[in-house]
Amino acid sequence: MGIIKALKLGFDYFKYDDDGNIQETQRAVDEVSVDIQEGEFVAVLGHNGSGKSTFAKHINALLLPTEGTIWIDNMDTMKEPELWKIRQKAGMVFQNPDNQIIGTVVEEDVGFGPENMGIPTEDIWKRVDESLQKTGMAAYRHHSPNKLSGGQKQRVAIAGVMAMRPRCIVLDEPTAMLDPNGRKEVLEAVHQLNRQEKVTVVLITHYMEEVIDADHVYVMDEGHVVMEGTPGEIFSQVDMLKKYRLDVPQVTLLAHELKKSGVDIPDGILTTEELVNCLCQ
Amino acid sequence: MSIELKNITYTYSPGTAYEIHALKDINLEIPDGQFIGVIGHTGSGKSTLIQHLNALIRPTSGSVLYNGEDVWEEKYDRRKLRSQVGLVFQYPEHQLFESDVLSDVCFGPMNQGMSREEAEAEAKKALLQVGFKEKNFSKSPFELSGGQKKRVAIAGVLAMNPKILILDEPTAGLDPKGRDEILDQISELHKARGITIILVSHSMEDVAKYVERLIVVNRGQIAFDDTPREVFSHYQELEAMGLAAPQITYIMHALKQKGLKVDPNATTVEEARDDILRALKEAGSPLLKGGNEK
Repeated sequence: MGIIKALKLGFDYFKYDDDGNIQETQRAVDEVSVDIQEGEFVAVLGHNGSGKSTFAKHINALLLPTEGTIWIDNMDTMKEPELWKIRQKAGMVFQNPDNQIIGTVVEEDVGFGPENMGIPTEDIWKRVDESLQKTGMAAYRHHSPNKLSGGQKQRVAIAGVMAMRPRCIVLDEPTAMLDPNGRKEVLEAVHQLNRQEKVTVVLITHYMEEVIDADHVYVMDEGHVVMEGTPGEIFSQVDMLKKYRLDVPQVTLLAHELKKSGVDIPDGILTTEELVNCLCQ
Repeated sequence: MSIELKNITYTYSPGTAYEIHALKDINLEIPDGQFIGVIGHTGSGKSTLIQHLNALIRPTSGSVLYNGEDVWEEKYDRRKLRSQVGLVFQYPEHQLFESDVLSDVCFGPMNQGMSREEAEAEAKKALLQVGFKEKNFSKSPFELSGGQKKRVAIAGVLAMNPKILILDEPTAGLDPKGRDEILDQISELHKARGITIILVSHSMEDVAKYVERLIVVNRGQIAFDDTPREVFSHYQELEAMGLAAPQITYIMHALKQKGLKVDPNATTVEEARDDILRALKEAGSPLLKGGNEK
């Protein structure tokens, strides 16, 4: 059993009227079953409102299933005594860096998590050092977070999660508000954590280019997982993805267009090198 | 009709330890009817720059001219200016506050002195023009998805009939289809209403696809001001500024290096496809299947 396992997971949002009675039910996640292995880099794609963030919030028990079960490292999120343990196993990074930074100095912000866990002060500092190093932010430890760029702020947020030593980190559109350089910095930091620390990564994104190095990709639509596979398998289905309001990386789209125009090249080209090698044999 | 920035300098917290020169000696002319893109890394000064265009901030030195008149003259009607130069901020959820969508969009025009009926007419027109469905007019803005909120925010500015529409990253956080829809609609507006569009974006692919003129802001100065094609041919300099070229540009450069005679400055998928097909044909490539003339 993987570190994240969901079985027929379902979640309803309720809308209440003025008297507190349920007026409307909306199913956001429906019959989702996944099995994510420890150390994997997994990407989740889906249009706005497809249920991917709702699903992600189940991974650290911010939301509890209406139906079905989700286990994080064999712990059922519905069993309340496990809740805090689960949140220490699975950390979360959100879209807007300004909403998740609370410290006035970078190192204090990173230390907030372990401090809350009751870690002895000495160890907190050790963890802060380590996490800042791993995200390449050590040089900024005495800086004020609000003077940092978006990419740097997100790396501080990631360091803050890492200081809690999670086994798994969920990133919900961490690059949506960043410039190209910031996007690159954050992605590199996440890949490095995955490779070197073997942290399981669940990356939710709207940037198709960020997905090509993932081990496994899930595509969600109307609360269901509608496609899954390697990036190559997913992105070779250009028309299917368009149907789900998604896209493919520009290089894949270009290859697809060339193929449609009669050029003899394979489906699912993901990188510039692949395309160049195909065209300039 | 135009906006002109003359020797604009802007300093945050002047005279303190936190003094930052956000803009340095900017000169810029924005004539009517252009579709302009503005790019620059976080902190480059682009947001400070666009806030000068509708007099939200006052330059430390230099002047802002709208149709030849200095907007910081004592008697200048800056309220009127702000209804002619509309600004849509990055986080639309921060600028929606009414109990239903239609009232929210009516707020601007009613502030301009229109009656509720007139304002509603403008609001409905604007909402439909950004692709917002009539059946959702009475919904609370807080029930809407990110893409719908963005549409309402844009409609709220559009209902004031601006001559110039400035959008600060209108597509951040939207899914690819939503992004294309919003940008297509903005492009339609540009054509239908003939208004000037200024689009601030972090997506090089989007600006390559839509804008006719691209302004690059770096360290408070204008680094480039040209067509996207011309600007992206300086991709190495852009990278040094924390930016990039569209992925297509990199592909074309790589192909050229490997000996395929393509135009390295293509910036969109369509341009690249046509150019690669042409180059393959000229080279008599075996990759082209039967039916294509050699």
